[in-house]
Amino acid sequence: MKKFILVLLAIVPLFAIASGSSLHLDKADNDLTDKESLKKGFESYLNYCLGCHQLQYQRYNRTFADLGIDEAEGVEKWMPTGDKVGGHILNTMPAKDAAAWFGSTPPDLTLEARFRSPDYIYTYLRSFYIDENRPFGVNNKVFPDVGMPHVLQGLQGVRTMDEHGVLSEAKGGSMTEEEYDTFARDLTNFLEYTGEPSKLQRESLGYWVIGFLFILLIFTYLLKKEYWRDVH
Amino acid sequence: MSNVPVNNGRRRFLTAATSVVGGVGVVGVAVPFIGSWNPSARAKAAGAPVEVNVSKIESGQMIRAEWRGKPVYVIRRTDEIISALPSHDDQLRDPESSEAQQPEYATNAYRSIKPEFMVALGVCTHLGCAPTHHKGDFEQFVSGVKDGFFCPCHGSKFDMAGRVFQGVPAPLNLVVPEHSFPTDGTLLIGVSPGDA
Amino acid sequence: MLASFMAWIEQRLPFMDAMNKHALQYPAPKNFNFWYVFGILASVVLVNQILTGVWLTMNYEPSGEGAFASVEYIMRDVDYGWLLRYMHSTGASAFFIVVYLHMFRGVMYGSYQKPRELLWIFGMFIYLVLMAEAFMGYLLPWGNMSYWGAQVIISLFGAIPVIGEELTIWIKGDYVISGATLNRFFALHVIALPLVLIVLVFLHILALHEVGSNNPDGSDIKKPKGSVKPEELSKFTFHEQYTKKYDIVDAIPFHPYYTVKDLVAVVIFLILFSCVMFFNPEGGGYFLEGPNFTPANGLKTPEHIAPVWYFGPFYTVLRVIPDKLMGMVGMFAAIGVLFALPWFDRGIVRSFRYRSKLHLLNLSQFAICFVLLGVLGTLPASELANLAGRIATFGYFGFFVALWIYSKDEKTKPVPDRVTG
Repeated sequence: MKKFILVLLAIVPLFAIASGSSLHLDKADNDLTDKESLKKGFESYLNYCLGCHQLQYQRYNRTFADLGIDEAEGVEKWMPTGDKVGGHILNTMPAKDAAAWFGSTPPDLTLEARFRSPDYIYTYLRSFYIDENRPFGVNNKVFPDVGMPHVLQGLQGVRTMDEHGVLSEAKGGSMTEEEYDTFARDLTNFLEYTGEPSKLQRESLGYWVIGFLFILLIFTYLLKKEYWRDVH
Repeated sequence: MSNVPVNNGRRRFLTAATSVVGGVGVVGVAVPFIGSWNPSARAKAAGAPVEVNVSKIESGQMIRAEWRGKPVYVIRRTDEIISALPSHDDQLRDPESSEAQQPEYATNAYRSIKPEFMVALGVCTHLGCAPTHHKGDFEQFVSGVKDGFFCPCHGSKFDMAGRVFQGVPAPLNLVVPEHSFPTDGTLLIGVSPGDA
Repeated sequence: MLASFMAWIEQRLPFMDAMNKHALQYPAPKNFNFWYVFGILASVVLVNQILTGVWLTMNYEPSGEGAFASVEYIMRDVDYGWLLRYMHSTGASAFFIVVYLHMFRGVMYGSYQKPRELLWIFGMFIYLVLMAEAFMGYLLPWGNMSYWGAQVIISLFGAIPVIGEELTIWIKGDYVISGATLNRFFALHVIALPLVLIVLVFLHILALHEVGSNNPDGSDIKKPKGSVKPEELSKFTFHEQYTKKYDIVDAIPFHPYYTVKDLVAVVIFLILFSCVMFFNPEGGGYFLEGPNFTPANGLKTPEHIAPVWYFGPFYTVLRVIPDKLMGMVGMFAAIGVLFALPWFDRGIVRSFRYRSKLHLLNLSQFAICFVLLGVLGTLPASELANLAGRIATFGYFGFFVALWIYSKDEKTKPVPDRVTG
């Protein structure tokens, strides 16, 4: 046992060696149980993102059920006409043309929060700045030379970056900084949800299973103690 | 068990109690394995109700829809056909539709909700081939009956309400699926009237 | 009625006799401690992998086009599919944690020494097959890390002189990693290797029962026949297979004593397993890696390619040796020396409890180096990591060399005649 602790202690300093190349990311701090936030995020996604980015693994009816949207209302108000409620959330952007317009096809975002992290998405949405050298006139601190234009510019406004890499305040958007942060957080919350829709169910089941196992442990322990009275 | 010097009630009780609790655990573990065999969301989406625009169907015309992988025949029956239905009851196996081949709201003379629309699965109740619709030239198969369905595989015959004739291999009337008319011009296959 | 039915079966296939020989009357040392639990835990994980694996195969699509989407189908559309997937992915990492601890027990208590050398060899083959099984399994989700991890490992074989290039193409079944590679890895992962694994585990346990289990003192509980006073003999009844050749002391029948004790261990293990599976299935990015949530893309390399954590130690050895071929040789040698451990150790005292301080020091540095190698395997390459890796590699191989040297005339303590705690 003592050896083990020695080994563990030897490892701790190692993590300091791990290169600190990762960019500082702001904490998204979202709450998957907040259905109102998820609904806002979903709505924002449909309005601002779906045009280019699909959610090809996420179905409408699953989204309605999990977010607490009545299915009939969902079909009428939230879905493009013609799409089936059991179908996936797709757009009609032709992939090849998109690649030509943007440099590469806008990626599907269903799993983006698992691939990157919610913090990454939250920070990314808030890190666009003016850059004359880029085709769409903007760049992003989190994803340098990204092909995406600043779709949310109307909401956030524009920012500039100084020679030290510090971003200025956003100017000219319809939202205040606080409002935009909430907007970005709701969107991030929604994307964290689409990354793993069963997450809350998983955690809830976990409590039950582990609780049961502790009860089982008591019984198996008593059983063991009883039999081992024979052994001296 | 000759190995165990002490064998008392406490031991048996604890063994039994642990087995019971363990058994609950085993059942719990089995749930995901058995549950995963249920139709998945993809299967349910594929089996979802199908909406058909019937307002454009001409009188006497048949269209084919697809639901759950099977053909659905939708025909706008003419008044003539509708009134001719009772006339050959004596040549049918099950004229009253007593066998459960249709929902109870279609257990009537027309085997449908609206008399002018026939809605039935195009699957012969013999061995599953798709019967062909004969408009006006059905008398070659059954004298006195102008319109009907003839199955090319083994010669089964059905009338314009999907009811099977006697003397053919097919034992039952064509299946009428659950369906409803949310609006007059729309047929929804797979959902009964009153179900969401 | 039942008795005569049992007798009929017994005459044709001695089922009860086998139960007695291997469970009800199998003499197990009574002083098994915490370290002896990992064998049964490994079997539990094996059963888990097989059951969940079979169930995953029911919905998984083994094609380049469909694999990634089919995993998401399982995660979202199949009832409880997400749970089956996580049981399998967490189980894969749990398997290696358990197996490494199981192996370490063998090293600590000298369970590889005579007469258990073959038992150790079977175990090493199981470890080898397990690594191949895990490697192939990891390609199946067809994520970007799956693709590039396989790319790196398969291209290692290109270092072999003369046949290297052809060999990598033959392994891939194509000029790049593609559906062809995926399909054959699927067949091997689902059918071929599990069968081999099951046979090896069976042989492993058979070899164990033939010579009997070791114990933390490294002493023999089977004494020469007639050497023990009747009142000292174990009061339990053991199978005549054992009693006709030996006088047995300090032993208890495996069933019910160790079945009941192992049950407690299994439940505790399941609690820990569930904590990870239900609350952190990604294992902090080590059990399910972030880049694997994007589909395989031959044109886009992940920022940092690393094999899954359990291959870490050997990957580090490979990386820190500057030559591609020698790196590969080094990596395989690191596994090879483990096979030869029974012959590196020329001593006759088994357990570290009664061996020299030097041996304890050697064991400790071996463990530290192994863990260090593992951790380094997950980190990106750097000057410092390279240096640390070389030191750890030296320490790792040094364990065997040092052991060979001092074990011949080692200053050991007397091994107790009867087991202590």
